Amino acid sequence: MESPVTVPPIPAPSPPPSPVRKDAEEGSATWRLSDRVGLAICWGLGLLFCAIAAAIVLYLLVQGIKYLRLEMLFTPATAGFTQAQSGGFSDAFLGTLIVAVMGISLALPAGVGVAVWLVEYGRPAALARVTESTIEAIAGIPSIVLALFGTVIFSSTALGFLSRTSEGVVFGRSFFAASAMLSLVALPLVVASTREGLNAIPQHVREASYAVGKTKIATTRRILLPTARPQVATGAMLGLGRIIGDTAIIVVLLGATQNFAPVEGASFPFDYLRGAGTTLTNFVYEASPTGNLNQPEKAYAAAFVLLLMVLALNGAVDIVHRRARKVGTWSH
Amino acid sequence: MESLAPPPIRRLPLEDAPPATQVVRPAPGSDNGAGAAPAPAPGGFTGARRSIGAPQFSIRRMEVDDLSVSYAEREAVKSVSLPIRQGEVLALIGPSGCGKTTLLRSLNRLTELTRTARLSGRILLDDIDIATIEPTLLRRRVTMVFQQPNPFPMSVFDNIAYVLREQGSRRQRRRTLEPKVHSALQRAGLFEEVKDNLDHPALRLSGGQQQRLCIARALAAEPEVLLLDEPCSALDPQSTQVIEDLIVSLRDEVAVVIVTHNLQQAYRIADHVAFMYLGDLVEYSSATALFGSPREKRTQEYVSGAFG
Repeated sequence: MESPVTVPPIPAPSPPPSPVRKDAEEGSATWRLSDRVGLAICWGLGLLFCAIAAAIVLYLLVQGIKYLRLEMLFTPATAGFTQAQSGGFSDAFLGTLIVAVMGISLALPAGVGVAVWLVEYGRPAALARVTESTIEAIAGIPSIVLALFGTVIFSSTALGFLSRTSEGVVFGRSFFAASAMLSLVALPLVVASTREGLNAIPQHVREASYAVGKTKIATTRRILLPTARPQVATGAMLGLGRIIGDTAIIVVLLGATQNFAPVEGASFPFDYLRGAGTTLTNFVYEASPTGNLNQPEKAYAAAFVLLLMVLALNGAVDIVHRRARKVGTWSH
Repeated sequence: MESLAPPPIRRLPLEDAPPATQVVRPAPGSDNGAGAAPAPAPGGFTGARRSIGAPQFSIRRMEVDDLSVSYAEREAVKSVSLPIRQGEVLALIGPSGCGKTTLLRSLNRLTELTRTARLSGRILLDDIDIATIEPTLLRRRVTMVFQQPNPFPMSVFDNIAYVLREQGSRRQRRRTLEPKVHSALQRAGLFEEVKDNLDHPALRLSGGQQQRLCIARALAAEPEVLLLDEPCSALDPQSTQVIEDLIVSLRDEVAVVIVTHNLQQAYRIADHVAFMYLGDLVEYSSATALFGSPREKRTQEYVSGAFG
């Protein structure tokens, strides 16, 4: 049949695709060589870093289990000629716990406060901008510089009640001084993480709270901060990690003695807190082959304890985040 | 050979095709006996309204009097005056950026949270200028539901209880709050669905349930006016229908103002409709009048889908 309308000749359709199901993900077989090499490098680096992390953890695990004795956590370091005689590192272990608790209890409220002010208020704008860059500057300052600055502050006569004084000379080395400066190390992490959490809350959620007659402060306390809790916790954990990992401030501002050196005449917690002390990081340094003590077995044991603390912090962050995920979030 | 070739694409002659803007909006009445309706309205809004008929009564609760709102340079609302009555649903319609949301947010002074916003004119709530009412008190009397369902990240119970508690106060006894929480959920038609799961996280509810929870939250403050800013735009048709029925059933206890982009929705649930365009209130009249025989040419063009 010839139709009056001439249909232009259309090439025969290509054969239907083979029924074999294709992978949804493209293969790299069709890529240029340089792209394939790049992908291979990415893979390689990823595996390399996994291997490095695993090596550190496993090596310390093996060494730690080999040398760590539970009594080391409860016996103070003593003078002795062999590693068997020189006791444990209970003072360092307790010292780490003390600076961690004191440092984060300064940094957490201050950091959350600064973050709330920056995100929710931020007025006057100029002051907010200055604060922002100040926090960033603090984050960039090496802790040894902070430590040096700390000696200036805490050696002043006015702050003599925070450390040991002798004949009018303020030593400026104490748990108070070290914790105060360590809190500055943790502060930027708390601020950044809390800000991130607050910024992630959509504006209409705040307005929903205002729209039922809630004040800004009630909204912040009851809605915004609970919602940002996982990020606040992350900031606190990261900050804690930095505090327990810091050595420079400990050496300069805590005196880095091997044992507690309580101030005579002060009442109980203050005699220790005003005195000098040490932490695990400093103990590891001193006990390492380059340190004054040179007892590497105990260095491994202490490093292992330190590593366990950091891993515990990571686990805690995970738990907080998992719990928050159960509550759900807003669809965007 | 002929059978293998695909059939040629049939193109409609252009001059016969109706303008695209007219085909995208199907008339609601066209499928249920439009032929019986006498003289179809320009927009084809001839279908039966789903609402339970004409309002039983109407009490004037709010009065917008010569209100202008501007953000920095741009004037968003230009001297608008209109009444808001309990017993009725008022719908604000108009193209994007016409100022309807700004007008809505001015009613409970949420616009003032935007620093650049400048207001002039008056809004009266029961004959009292809202500028003289403490904003937190005003916002308990004029509550609002937003476009995105935004329950707070806590349990269903706590979402309502949060509204009932005093500012930042400690937890009150659950038993003292329970009756009020239950009644708010019942008024929002959600109680039957969540009564066994009051402690479940609110953000785990479905979108429609979340939005009804937000309405329950807004009702828990026992407001006089309920503002709804496109409450159904993020929801599926079925949830939309549930919420529309809810809105209509609420109009006797609160004055309802709804902003909507959906003309069909405005036609279905509103008793009065205000059409805004570029900040001007172009036309304010009853829904049947505005959709059936609009006075203004711009209204007619908008409801018939000529622009928007």
